[in-house]
Amino acid sequence: MEACWQCGHPQHESLFCQFCNSLQRPTPDYYRFLGLERKLSLDSKDLQNRFYNLSRLLHPDRYLRRTPKERQYSLEATAILNDAYRVLRDHVLRAEYVLKEEGFNIGEQRSENVPPELLEEVFELNLALEELRGGDSSARPQLCEAYARFVAMQDEADNRLSELFRRYDTTGDREALAEVRGVLNRRKYIRNLVSEVEKELAASAA
Amino acid sequence: MSPMFQIDFGRPVRSRVVGIDLGTTNSLVAYMDLTSPKVIPDPGGSLIVPSVVSLSGAGELVAGNEGRQMLLTDPERTVYSVKRLMGKGAADVQDELQLFPFHIASASDAVIQIELGDRTFTPPEISAQILRQLKSNAEAYFGERVTQAVITVPAYFNDAQRQATKDAGRIAGLEVLRLVNEPTAAALAYGLDKRKEGVVAVYDLGGGTFDISILKLHQGIFEVLATNGDTHLGGDDIDNLLLRIALEDTATEWGEDLSTNHEAIQLLRRAVIEAKEQLSTVPVTSIRLEYHGKKYERELTRELFEQLITPIVDRTLAPCRNCIHDAGLNVEQIDEVVLVGGSTRIPLVRQAVEKLFRAKPHTELNPEQVVALGAAVQAAILAGDVTDKLLLDVTPLSLGIETMGGVVSKLIHRNSTIPASATEVFTTAVEGQRNVLIHVVQGERELARDCRSLARFDLKDIDPMPAGMARIEVRFLIDANGILNVTARDIRTGKEQSMEVKPSYGLTDEQVEAMIRESIDLAEEDFKARQVREAQVEADTILAAVERARDNEAWLELDDEERSRIERAVNELLMAYHADDHLLIRAQIDKLNTVTMKLAENMMNTAVRSALKGTKI
Repeated sequence: MEACWQCGHPQHESLFCQFCNSLQRPTPDYYRFLGLERKLSLDSKDLQNRFYNLSRLLHPDRYLRRTPKERQYSLEATAILNDAYRVLRDHVLRAEYVLKEEGFNIGEQRSENVPPELLEEVFELNLALEELRGGDSSARPQLCEAYARFVAMQDEADNRLSELFRRYDTTGDREALAEVRGVLNRRKYIRNLVSEVEKELAASAA
Repeated sequence: MSPMFQIDFGRPVRSRVVGIDLGTTNSLVAYMDLTSPKVIPDPGGSLIVPSVVSLSGAGELVAGNEGRQMLLTDPERTVYSVKRLMGKGAADVQDELQLFPFHIASASDAVIQIELGDRTFTPPEISAQILRQLKSNAEAYFGERVTQAVITVPAYFNDAQRQATKDAGRIAGLEVLRLVNEPTAAALAYGLDKRKEGVVAVYDLGGGTFDISILKLHQGIFEVLATNGDTHLGGDDIDNLLLRIALEDTATEWGEDLSTNHEAIQLLRRAVIEAKEQLSTVPVTSIRLEYHGKKYERELTRELFEQLITPIVDRTLAPCRNCIHDAGLNVEQIDEVVLVGGSTRIPLVRQAVEKLFRAKPHTELNPEQVVALGAAVQAAILAGDVTDKLLLDVTPLSLGIETMGGVVSKLIHRNSTIPASATEVFTTAVEGQRNVLIHVVQGERELARDCRSLARFDLKDIDPMPAGMARIEVRFLIDANGILNVTARDIRTGKEQSMEVKPSYGLTDEQVEAMIRESIDLAEEDFKARQVREAQVEADTILAAVERARDNEAWLELDDEERSRIERAVNELLMAYHADDHLLIRAQIDKLNTVTMKLAENMMNTAVRSALKGTKI
């Protein structure tokens, strides 16, 4: 247990000293920082409220007339708060964060590593994309169709993630985490395809 | 202990914080007056200080109206639109230099050197002169020293441009408490939080820069969702367009090329600006010039003007669309639009904004003043006078480091709420390697060479060890000003890792320090005298208080040691009094304050006792 830098009172992982109310060195753990249990499913409204409330308490604008130490802690704490909010409000970044904290290795998903079940579809999609880029707009309907299919796949992956999130949150089952990692990789691949098709469709429409 | 009787031995002066809009064309200073922000006039009553700086015949920099006057009489010793040069290298600004009357020294690389007469100045030094003018206007208005300020910058300013603005503040003798983004400041000035919830777009087209920001309002919190813009787009571009036409006209009509005649250009520039401004209210006007007995006049209809400037106005639309997209919104979800910047007076601009956002834009506040007013509100927030509002801004550009093959690895993405941070662990590639070089860039492109180079950090004196064994954790933190701070730590030893920073553009700390010294040497001997005088007044107050205390029974309650400490401190203060050094006087005041603490306490107790006894002291 750490002691307060200001008054020496022992601290229980609180942002402020319970005794002298001075700002303490912030924890880098996103969940602990926000006062949350490490769950994969989060209530976004509650998260937003915590973010706003803590911003009001911690922002450097509020510490300009304080000691250099408190100013520094305010800067660090707000940076962690902002980083935490950015990561935890996005279900994909949040899952990646938990995986990393739980010791899973999440390498960069390379676009070359096509999930095998998608191989054929991706091959055709790339052909259609080539045609469109070459100025042949006859590939457009086919692309729109493929686009809808991939968006549906992405939604499917998101639904699967929600299920796995609930499973992990209730059981703490690491198998569920391993599965989350697999779905995340697949989703990332699909997401890249979706945004690429989106970009090409927008470019050819313009 | 709650003090019933305040015994005041002189307290530290809490200076006022002003808000400054350091604009491309005009600058303003404002402050928070009880409940609402107000622009501070200069002694002549004018609210606007032209952002023009000139080197007078006496070798002094002058800014504002005086500078603007000299733009006509002495154009080659006069600088305007210096904001466009802030944080830039000479290579960045070649195109626009053609239209400026001043020259740039050939040796300008990391920092532009502007030649005026036989001297050279960097853009922060020129900007500092504008800031000094604003500072002195505020000081004359309040009758007291002003040393702290909030300065606004375009939201799309990069790290170097922000740093240059902060440097300008320091050179002008201002502690820059915060750099605030102009559109965000405008939102603050509009007090749009009164509607409690909602999404607002701020469209800011000024003299030299364009910004678009989208904010979410939530119970006094102004959360910027996304920002976009172009730091090289504004009213100047419209002026230059009209100027080129007028120059072509005069070349054919007069058979004389005026494009190298700085005096004529400045007159012509004034004429086109006048015509431009008139066209915001009338359908037709003329550009008129009389020069050495020759006359030029061209009729300009609003219709033709609008055709001419359509490409410029259109250039603002893509950033707007991107910004809406980055905010994760549809245009229907934007409740209100605010217009900022002089160029938004142009009817075509208003129409374009209205069409894009499908909402009638707010124009209640003067678009030239709204940014300064917002800066004053932020100043009051920082001073602790306003507690129900809070700005949460974002970084406009992604921050990354150059990796193998010149590819950028992004560490902090654009539109991240600031302060924001990222941590990277670096190691060595060969045995015994002592240095690791980190190249930090800002921008959205894949390759480092297409991004803006910020700085190179050299991690030095790494203990020699086998390749890959060293583990140095580097923390990149973008602070609330949008400026990067980097710290490094050796993970093995836990010690701070030493490093050298080489900014790619801009001044080093040493250069800024030198400029501060020089500007103090050069200018305002009277300012120093004033500082000394103020310290003396404060000294008078505390010395008089001590004298009075000698008659108080509290004095007798002190022991000899305490009394002699006070006597010594009084003597030292008296000796410092005429030393012409306000810092020394203040140091002695502080000392006397410390040694009289016990006395003050005793006096308070005496006062309480007397009050209880019902006797008068």
